[in-house]
Amino acid sequence: MIRVALPYHLRNLARINSEVQLDVPGPVTQRSVLNALEAQFPMLAGTIRDHVTQERRPFLRFFACGEDLSLDQPDTPLPEKVASGEEPFLVIGAIAGG
Amino acid sequence: MSGVRVLVGTHKGAFVITSDGKREKWDVSGPFFAGWEIYHVKGSPVDPNRLYASQTSGWFGQIIQRSDDGGKTWHQPGLKPGEPTTTPEGFPMAESNKFVYDTSPGTGKPLTTHQWYDGTQHPWEFKRVWHLEPSLSDADTVYAGVEDAALFRTTDGGKSWHELAGLRGHGTGPKWAPGAGGMGLHTILLDKKNPKRIFVAISSAGAFRTDDGGTSWKAITKGLSSQYIPDPNAEVGHCVHRIAMHPDRPDVLFMQKHWDVLRTDNAGDLWKEVSGNLPTDFGFVIDVHAHEPETIYVVPIKSDSEHYPPDGKLRVYRSKNGGNEWEALTKGLPQSNCYVNILREAMAVDTLDKCGIYFGTTGGQVYCSPDSGDNWIPIVRDLPAVFSVEVQTLA
Repeated sequence: MIRVALPYHLRNLARINSEVQLDVPGPVTQRSVLNALEAQFPMLAGTIRDHVTQERRPFLRFFACGEDLSLDQPDTPLPEKVASGEEPFLVIGAIAGG
Repeated sequence: MSGVRVLVGTHKGAFVITSDGKREKWDVSGPFFAGWEIYHVKGSPVDPNRLYASQTSGWFGQIIQRSDDGGKTWHQPGLKPGEPTTTPEGFPMAESNKFVYDTSPGTGKPLTTHQWYDGTQHPWEFKRVWHLEPSLSDADTVYAGVEDAALFRTTDGGKSWHELAGLRGHGTGPKWAPGAGGMGLHTILLDKKNPKRIFVAISSAGAFRTDDGGTSWKAITKGLSSQYIPDPNAEVGHCVHRIAMHPDRPDVLFMQKHWDVLRTDNAGDLWKEVSGNLPTDFGFVIDVHAHEPETIYVVPIKSDSEHYPPDGKLRVYRSKNGGNEWEALTKGLPQSNCYVNILREAMAVDTLDKCGIYFGTTGGQVYCSPDSGDNWIPIVRDLPAVFSVEVQTLA
């Protein structure tokens, strides 16, 4: 199972309070993970990726295994530790600053 | 026993505030959608328990929320708690947050760009819903005014939204340009005597009217004069802040423009200025008394450079003869050191025998006058900055 950690507001929208566990068929990539996430939680459609372009929203980043994967192509395989469920795929919201 | 329900959208969530018909004691519930910007919350005139809310975020985009019990519980349309989230075929059901501009060959293809700040053409990009206007005849039908400016409609209770592309298809579309606050469609007025007629206003394109249910639109800006655009009397480019209508007189409209307060007596074919003796005619809100169609209210703001009341005194101004002659209403409002703003969606009226007037401030206060403006009380003091105020009068 793939583990996905969501920011506070998206956990509220999805009415969950912990990590999400997803069954992702086929190659484990940003696209396949987010497709599986939106299939299980349709209320998150459009909140992480734009509805039309499917591009990552500007104030969100994707981290895993201590790396920033935000600029990777959506079909690039995620690290093996994410694919095996050892490490979570992190969706991170930018801090507002101040 | 009659009562009122005040729907408040703020910078950090929504609040529902209720009272009986006396409007003396208030019960505040919320925040709903805590931490999110709530641009607008409005109830259906057909089913008062049916509420719609625009929840938005720079991080996560646009969410539409709906309540079927007067604001006690909320859900995204099509995603009621406990019900399946996918179709029997396994496809996600949620389309309620999806606002996609019409690019179909028949109606949407030419609608590609508007004017950008530097004068170049720029693609239309959806950002958020500024205003939700429920239909006068069907609780499942709602109009949405969005940024970048366009008009959408749902006919299934918010589950899916479709653009009325004729508005952007108005020949002036490529000349529309955003102001500093964005290019948002913020005013939607429905005509109860003529279901085919709709008025809209856009910052900073101007005002438009359709007489055929949204297929074609006419700019209704004749008589407006704006010194901040190259041609002060141009067809488009006027920064209209708000338009108000009394439902029984849909041909008479009142406008608070960036500067100037105006009225039209012919559904927008010609406007005339009625700023009269106002201390400043800059402002955002304007509204009409529920029982006196010539009694109107504004809250003057010092200027477009200083968004607070003149002299630090929060004053509502009332005209009982449709403009030009205004009186300051101050009882119960702070008359020193007050530097809040009142945003365009943040004034509303109830329809009780003694008409109640309501407005919210960027300082988080919501004020009510239960006697048409003579006396004011804060019904809540310390909310986040108030974006919108709507009032439902309950039987």
